[in-house]
Formats: sequence, C-alpha cells, structure tokens
Amino acid sequence: MSARDEVLARVRAALAAPSSGELPPAGERSGTPDGLPERDGRPRPGPAPVPDDGGPVGDVPVPRAYRASGELVAGSPEVVALLEDRLVDYKATVHHASAEGDARGADGDARAARIARLVGEIVAAARADGLDDAALVVPDGLAPAWLTELPEGLTVRTDSRDAPLSPAELDRSLGVVTACRVAIAETGTIVLDGEPDQGRRAVSLVPDLHVCVVRVEQVVQLVPEAVRLLAEHPDRPQTWISGPSATSDIELERVEGVHGPRKLHVILA
Amino acid sequence: MTTTPTNPVFLGVPHPREPLRWGDPFPTAARESLDDAQLRRNLGHATSTIRDKRARVVGEVPDWEELRDAGAALKAHTLTHLPELLERLEENVTARGGVVHWARDAAEANAIVTDLVRAKQADEVVKVKSMATQEIGLDEHLASEGIAAFETDLAELIVQLADDQPSHILVPAIHRNRAEIREIFLERMGDAPAHLTDDPAALAEAARLHLRRKFLSAKAAVSGANFAVADTGTLAVVESEGNGRMCLTLPETLITVMGIEKLVPSFEDLEVFLQLLPRSSTGERMNPYTSLWTGVTPGDGPQEFHLVLLDNGRTRALADDVGRDALRCIRCSACLNVCPVYERVGGHAYQSVYPGPIGAILTPQLTGVQSHDDPNATLPYASTLCGACYEVCPVKIDIPSLLVHLRARDVDEDHDRHRPTGWGAAMKAAAWVMSDGRRMGMAEKASAAGRVVARDGQIRSLPFPGSLWTGSRDLPAPPKQSFRRWWKENR
Repeated sequence: MSARDEVLARVRAALAAPSSGELPPAGERSGTPDGLPERDGRPRPGPAPVPDDGGPVGDVPVPRAYRASGELVAGSPEVVALLEDRLVDYKATVHHASAEGDARGADGDARAARIARLVGEIVAAARADGLDDAALVVPDGLAPAWLTELPEGLTVRTDSRDAPLSPAELDRSLGVVTACRVAIAETGTIVLDGEPDQGRRAVSLVPDLHVCVVRVEQVVQLVPEAVRLLAEHPDRPQTWISGPSATSDIELERVEGVHGPRKLHVILA
Repeated sequence: MTTTPTNPVFLGVPHPREPLRWGDPFPTAARESLDDAQLRRNLGHATSTIRDKRARVVGEVPDWEELRDAGAALKAHTLTHLPELLERLEENVTARGGVVHWARDAAEANAIVTDLVRAKQADEVVKVKSMATQEIGLDEHLASEGIAAFETDLAELIVQLADDQPSHILVPAIHRNRAEIREIFLERMGDAPAHLTDDPAALAEAARLHLRRKFLSAKAAVSGANFAVADTGTLAVVESEGNGRMCLTLPETLITVMGIEKLVPSFEDLEVFLQLLPRSSTGERMNPYTSLWTGVTPGDGPQEFHLVLLDNGRTRALADDVGRDALRCIRCSACLNVCPVYERVGGHAYQSVYPGPIGAILTPQLTGVQSHDDPNATLPYASTLCGACYEVCPVKIDIPSLLVHLRARDVDEDHDRHRPTGWGAAMKAAAWVMSDGRRMGMAEKASAAGRVVARDGQIRSLPFPGSLWTGSRDLPAPPKQSFRRWWKENR
C-alpha cells in the first residue's frame, strides 16, 4: 500500500473506532473481532449512533457568533485613526497624505501629488542616512504620479515578475515603495497580495526600507472583513505586515528589526 | 570554532535519538531542572512577561470567547472530516503546481526531504522554525546525510549553535538569558562582532548579519505550516522576524512538512485562527509577518513547491475519541506560560519536543505508551490539574480532563497487562479497610501515630512504602481526633 493510501486508511479507521481507547496500527490487530483488547467483563461502549441524515458521525456545527464586521465604517476617519494608533504602537512611522475635502475613493491629482511629496521626503531622508548611490525599487504597476518628486539623481529600478531584480540587487537597494490590498485597523496590519502595484514578495522583503501607501478606503476595522475581501483571490501570494520585523526570542523582550525591513513607513492617503 | 566543555552554558541537552522520547521519566528530569536556579530565574521572568502581554491583548477583544468557540468547533469539525479534507487539499495544491507527498512516520518524511534536497544538488538548506520538523529530527537526519540545515529563527539559531534542545514551543531558547546568548554567539557563531553586548537589539543584529548571506544564496528551504486551507490549497506561516518570509520567498525550492491535522476547511476560517493565534502566542495583536501561498506563483517566489503530509502517530491519537482533542492544538504555547509546573521545571523536563501541558497529552498519544516503564507514561501525571491551561487555550482543549483520561488509560492498560502494581495493592488494601466499620476505626486509631512524624501539620517523609507518596508530595498530619470519636462524644 502506498504511504498515501495507508495514511488515509489509518485516518478512516481511527474515525470509525467505536470507543475511546488506543487502537494498534491497522494490520497488527488481534484478539476481538473489532481489534480492541478484551477487558475483563467490563462493558465497552458500542458504536456511536449514526445520525438519521446519514451524515458523518460526530459532526460538529461551527458557531460563528464572533464579530464579522466592525462598528466603524471602512475608510472613515475613526477607522483610519485606529489604524494609525496600532501602527505607531508597533513602531511603524505614519505619514498623512489625506486632506479635508478629499472624496473617499477618488484618486484625484491632488491626492497623488501629496503622496508624491511624502515619498520624495522619505526617500531623501533615507539617502541622507548614507545610501546616496543606492537605487529605489518600485514594482512596475505602481502609480507613476506617486514618483514625481523623487530627489535629483536617484536611480529608480523597476521590478516585475517578467524582469525580476536579483536578491543581491534588492539587498543593495535604498528601499521600496508599494501600494497595498487592504489594511486592518484593529491589528495594525497591512496586506499585500502581489498585484502589479505591490510587486513580488521579495521586493517588500529584502530592502531595509519599505514605504507603503494605504488609501483610506482600503482600511477596514476587523480581521474577518479583510479575510472576506482577500478570499476573492485566495491563490494570490499574500503577505500580512504588522509593523517592522521584530523578535521576542530573548527574554520575551520585543526588539524591532531583524530580517525583514527594519524601517516601515506608512503613508495614509 | 572553540568549544569549552567546562563552560556551563554549553551543557545543553544532548540530541536525543527519539525527539518525542528523550529517555528520562518526568520526575527524574524534573528533579534535575529544579536544581538549576538560573533556569528557574530565566523561566520565571519570561513566563510572567508573556502572561501579562497575552492577558492585555486578549482583554482588548470583546468577542474572544466567541472566537474560541468557533476555533474549537472548526478544529473538531476538521478532525471528523479529515479524509475528505486531506484529499481536497492534495487536489488543490497539485492543481496549482505543487507536489504532495505522504509520510507514515518520521523516517519516511526525513527520507522524502533528503531526496528532494539531493535532487536540487544542494548541500545546505535554510529552515523556518517548525515543530513538525523538530518532531521528526529532520536537522539531525539531514546532517547524517551530509546536508547542513540552518535554523533561521533567532531562538532556534541559539539552540542550534549551543547544541541544545528546545524548551518551549514558541521561544525554544526561553531557558537562556541574554548573557548566556551573548556567550553562545561569541563562541559559536564564527562571525559575531568581538564587542558584542548582551543588549537584545545587538544580539538580533548579529543574527541578522550572520544569516543574511545564507538567505540570499540558499537554493532550498524547509518550513512547517501553521494552517493549510483544504478548499484552496493555501498554506500559511505565521512569524515575526522575517526569516520565514526569506525562506518562503527567495529559494527556488520550498519543502513544507506539515502534520495531517493542521487543516482548516475554507479560506474564511483563517479569520478565526489569525485572531486567536498571535494574541495567545506572542501576546501581540498581530504577529509582524504572515505569509500565505498557494502552490506555485509563476515569477514570484519558489518555482518548485513540495508539501509533505505527516502522520507520525497522529492517527494513533485520532483513534481515541477523547484524546483526539489534543490534535486541535495550534501550537500557540499559552498553556506553557500559565502552567505552574512548566514555570518551575522548564521544557526539558518533559523529555520531548512538545513540552508543557499540551506536551503532556500530545507526546504520549503520538508515541503510544509501550508499558508502565515507558518514560512517556509519566507525562499525564506532570500536572496539578489546576485548569489554567484550559482557561487560556484558544481552541478550548480541556487539557485537565484529557490528563485524567490518559491517567485512567494508563491504569487500565496496567490492569489489562495483569501486572500487580504498588498502586493497585494500596487501593485493594484501602478498599478492605474502608468496607468495614470496625477495621476503619482501628485504622483511624493507628493513623494518629502519624502525628509523631508531622512538622507544622505536614508529614514530609515516611519510610517505605509510605515514601512512595512522600517522595514527591507532603501528607497532611492526621487530626487529633477522628470524626467517629467526635460523634461518639458529642451526639
């Protein structure tokens, strides 16, 4: 019997076992017809009753009384404020590119210009830290309007699935700018799903600086709200990011900055 | 590399032949760790820190109990539908370009991984922290085949460099403090900066630099999985440092070893577990990184993906319709952090890669217990049954009841083996005494003699056979007057 067939047979035998008690592996059973050891005169419980509908024995209904959606409206100032609070708590740096009067969901020129100005400032500050000849990495689907105010002389390298940069090239880069798919306020989480404005998983991983643009209408309050959105394309590779990389492995004391980007800048737009 | 055998930091636990049965019974191993004052200080500090963090973030969630109910039911549902769900997972992973392998036991899983790594002409792999690969002793097996496996999780790296064994599910190096870790890095890492301090940030930075080149050049990676979605073939790994993302993203080949019980039916079910796990585990609202992938994504990440589905005793546990609840475990380790026994004896006392309350019910069910002399037969007794573990379990495993169930099974199986035991003899004697009023009265009179050896109301040591009891617990001194005497005088 193949390992596959044997493991599946063992699982079926285990689920069909009529009583609590250990069954020897299939093929090694002896003694009573059902393979269970005799126990001196004590009654053994019989097989579990089969439900009338012929459904599986011992089926368990799943209660889902937990919150499926939050009381805060996606994209509302309250939910964005909650996201900011949680991002800051986990040591991400938050910038605001939204302004009074912005229509929610509108990708107006004014909003793009404010994003571009913040991207320019963050990148210039990173360059001043000593990496002045390193390139900025952008996924090929990133909005060009976000990159109009980059510092003079900065090299921009575009990455795509068809023309990927090597891990070594990413390692030498200054940082990366991406969009995101959805953000979860209550946990301070940003989710990337690998679409062209977010790029391959490696581009948001290897560079030490990750600048992520979150549009306010992408902000939901709860994990289930985000999961239901992401479930529309479950086959896309997803990365859930909550703050910069961190470890609590030494005396359970949280330290930010291990293998992933040590600097996470979030632009709320 | 210099080793200093006299340095107490390097007196770690030697590699066991069986990762689920290191050799000593619990009481023997526990006595040894109880003598280690440094270990108890490290553990006391670490477990109280994580208990507070968990309590704080769990308290923030108004529907925590509803999430626990859903998590418990989803896992129970998964176990009763395991055959169909496993077949569906296999079908979906395969449809997305992955290759599914099945392993009856540790040896088979190790051989599959070895062959896959060899086929890539690789002599080293990078590894994401994984309990399944700990359980099968994969690193040691690969080493014996000439393949170097580099653990990349900080705590696993510490354990690997020190030639030690993990002592906690989440934080395998919890038994080490910062000064010890600094010493391990300086002596064993090879490229640790000479001026390394014991500041956790400096130690994490040293690990980052040490592993960077490995990540960028590795051909193959080995991981475990926190969840696998049957309906979509999606795998999930939850982590903090980014070492997981490095391993899951950069190498050409990814091999994931996963226990057959790690399934969830649908993608939406992740919404329950991705809330329960981080808050229970590291005490964070969300862990820094969670990676989800489905088979192979052309142009993004590993272009070859293998999934090894591991039995290794899980079907044995599944056959016990009470004991099978242990298979709901999502390896958060909250039960370790609240356990008064774990906090004092540490993980090594459980003599298995699965320590603490969950280890006490999981290990003996995975291995089976050969006889009363099997060291794993002692594990269900490694508890005071205080119930704290059940209170914090995110999937509501009733660990105390399972411990009692496994103890009963242990006693029953001894009956079945028709072997007289001291316990059985004592129970028979007690039954004989208690079934007769006159005999009971005489016994009560005799028990008053116990007051002679008692100090502060406790009897701490008795000669054999009473020493079997007092060897590990105190006995309250008998009262001055028995109830019968009181009744006679006062009614």
